[in-house]
Amino acid sequence: MSRITKFLAVAVTGLLLAACGVNEVPKLDEEVNAAWSQVENQYQRRADLIPNLVETVKGYAAQERETLTAVVEARAQATQMKIPADILTNRAALDQFEKLQASMTSALSRLLVVSERYPELKSNQSFLSLQSQLEGTENRIAVARRDYIEAVRKYNTELRTIPGRWIAAIFYPDPKVKENLRAPEGSSTPPRVNFGK
Amino acid sequence: MRAFAVAVFIVIAGILPAGAAEIAFPALSGRVVDQANILSSQTKQNLTATLEGLEKATTNQMVVVTLASLQGQAIEDYGYQLGRSWGIGRAGKNNGVLLIVAPKERGVRIEVGYGLEGTITDALARGLIEQEILPRFRDNDYDGGVRAGVTTLTQIMMGDAKTASRLTEVGTRKVAPTDGNWTWPLILFIVMFFVLPRFVRGGGFRGRRLGGIGGGGFGRSSGGGFRGGGGSFGGGGASGRW
Repeated sequence: MSRITKFLAVAVTGLLLAACGVNEVPKLDEEVNAAWSQVENQYQRRADLIPNLVETVKGYAAQERETLTAVVEARAQATQMKIPADILTNRAALDQFEKLQASMTSALSRLLVVSERYPELKSNQSFLSLQSQLEGTENRIAVARRDYIEAVRKYNTELRTIPGRWIAAIFYPDPKVKENLRAPEGSSTPPRVNFGK
Repeated sequence: MRAFAVAVFIVIAGILPAGAAEIAFPALSGRVVDQANILSSQTKQNLTATLEGLEKATTNQMVVVTLASLQGQAIEDYGYQLGRSWGIGRAGKNNGVLLIVAPKERGVRIEVGYGLEGTITDALARGLIEQEILPRFRDNDYDGGVRAGVTTLTQIMMGDAKTASRLTEVGTRKVAPTDGNWTWPLILFIVMFFVLPRFVRGGGFRGRRLGGIGGGGFGRSSGGGFRGGGGSFGGGGASGRW
């Protein structure tokens, strides 16, 4: 009899815990991680487009050496950065990441503005294809960033507000509030070039 | 009085969830949502049939939507959120596509779900918009532009590599000749083999049932009720303006 009572007690406690959201913290934690890997992923995708883009532009506008070098250097710096495992709770590392990616964004948009001056480049097929991929990637970056910001907001709210805060204190003593991105990168302003009109 | 107004504002601002509440999306009334009222009913019927056939054949869900207004959003921002809110595409496959037309802002966008980003690449979507859609929109031929876009997207998803490679040759060739001799046979084919048999088996057109029936299945669209399957979007695709 007492065994059954014990079993029932455990079962009921388990249900109650699940109902009051004991899984919420790790679940949201995973969502933040997934959103972040999407962010890194999309930046990586952009970095992967750059060598081809630079080669193509060089073929038509080799004299724009300065702009081209700026892009290559920005890419090198961004891809060389060792992303620490704790980047999501490490403000300095996250800021560093942001700074490098932002300088790549601006170097790239300068390159696209410059390439406007070369009609032959503008009608080059692989350039056009790269350009639309780049635009698409910038857009994906913006979406990934917004998703990350939202995921962090939810996670941090859970950790800071009442039931979640107690649950975290009892069951997950280690989780820290995650650092958020400063602002969604303006997705409405990906380097945009009109062609064909 | 002013203090009261401020207080009310603060209360309201506190109630509204940050960021999410600004956009009002049109209801997903079918595979063609013509909120801007720019498509003829003939076109809407044809498109619905084509899109239904597409889903039958490939499980890909495509929805055409025309918007009265983008509510101050960039079409890229609006598009992926609309796709997510409607859940176009199947849940695990994320194989949804939206063709969004915003006549007021003169913007058009092909929004591609995660799962189709490899089939409908950004470059391809861009080429399709520039070559097939924009020239017609510039002539105020919304019906023609949307039909051409849907036909071509359907062909691509059915595995037509020739169309795909033609479209990525942006710029070198301007407005390609319309696939006039291709389009209608294809639509006819879809209607004959995918759409008609349904009506025949179902004992005729029993009028449209409203709402998302479908008994837990997605996109099964019994009698016209249509809903998304829970697919998601991540900003893939391309946009154009005219």
